[in-house]
Amino acid sequence: MHELSIAMAVIDQVRDAVPDDRVESLTLRIGELVAVVPEALDFSFGLAADGTLLAGARLVIETVDGEAHCDGCGRDTPTGMPPVLWCGDCERPLTLLAGRELEIVRVVVADEGPDGTAVGDTARDTTRDEETSHVPHR
Amino acid sequence: MCRTVDLHQAVLAKNDENALALRRFLASRGTVAVNLMSSPGSGKTALLEQLLTRAVAAGTPAAAVTADLATENDATRLARSGAPVQQILTDGLCHLEAGMLQARLEDWLPDGTRLLFVENVGNLVCPASYDLGETLRIALASVTEGEDKPVKYPAAFGLAQLVVVTKTDLADAVGFARETFLGGVQQVNPGVPVLETSARTGEGVDALLAHILRGAEGEETHTPVLARQHEKHLHSHANGTVREPGPVS
Repeated sequence: MHELSIAMAVIDQVRDAVPDDRVESLTLRIGELVAVVPEALDFSFGLAADGTLLAGARLVIETVDGEAHCDGCGRDTPTGMPPVLWCGDCERPLTLLAGRELEIVRVVVADEGPDGTAVGDTARDTTRDEETSHVPHR
Repeated sequence: MCRTVDLHQAVLAKNDENALALRRFLASRGTVAVNLMSSPGSGKTALLEQLLTRAVAAGTPAAAVTADLATENDATRLARSGAPVQQILTDGLCHLEAGMLQARLEDWLPDGTRLLFVENVGNLVCPASYDLGETLRIALASVTEGEDKPVKYPAAFGLAQLVVVTKTDLADAVGFARETFLGGVQQVNPGVPVLETSARTGEGVDALLAHILRGAEGEETHTPVLARQHEKHLHSHANGTVREPGPVS
């Protein structure tokens, strides 16, 4: 199940991008053709995020349908799954327009509190120390 | 109070950056890497034994890295060819990642290696997503697995630059529907070359080695889809230092 590896890659990158912020939600775009199962990814993400500043974050997955273009007849058509990347009418390969996305689009993070200190600041070091032991190895 | 941070990063950007570094490392050593992926039991190791043995006999410096969740059985088998071989144990991980391969190669890749075969973990789902810095990606399927493998695993076959059919000596015995298989390949990866082999009889193995060597000389033209898609998103591309991925010449 590579969804756990994908989840851990997502968490690594989000932590690099916003290392000190607690993440409320993050949005991924996943193409229909990349063989990632959203439910399995959501489950894996919950496990892998435990003990990090992404714990409890809501994962929003935007699925992108496969779409391809035929230079012969000029049509844009859904690829379906398994994808059809060959135009039977024109006898030529189609150009894939969408469907292989695997992208972190954005994150929503908790902002600083009204007194100027970051929310959860005191608890953060403890949480980060615990990350290594809490994140599943695989 | 919350704020939104737009990232727009590839999920596998770290792997892809490692793959890019590995591709440069291999190019600097004059080594061409061939990534082999297939389901367990498809005959990857048997075919690789044949390829290594023939490469060694022909005086082409070849080496292999083989990955499994457990045991060093495959490395032991492959080493009989006389080629240098390393086993990577993935500790439960269902695929190789570029960083794992890079870590192993930096200390070990013998000088002068022309062909490096990378036998991925037996699995047609997970390995497809990970660029290993290879020059040539091969998806294999045996005739005994059923002719619908390409459409069942469209990512693995769709991103391959060469499809290899194995165990063709058993094709008649299992009623392999060859045209159906080829139609499936054409559907998910139009124009990709398909070669048919039998490690038992040796059929097609010389042709496969010749195809790989033509690629090593820069004659392979089938597009490395995954590398092309991923590398354009990497930060290092912005300064114009990255050449277009393609066969190492």
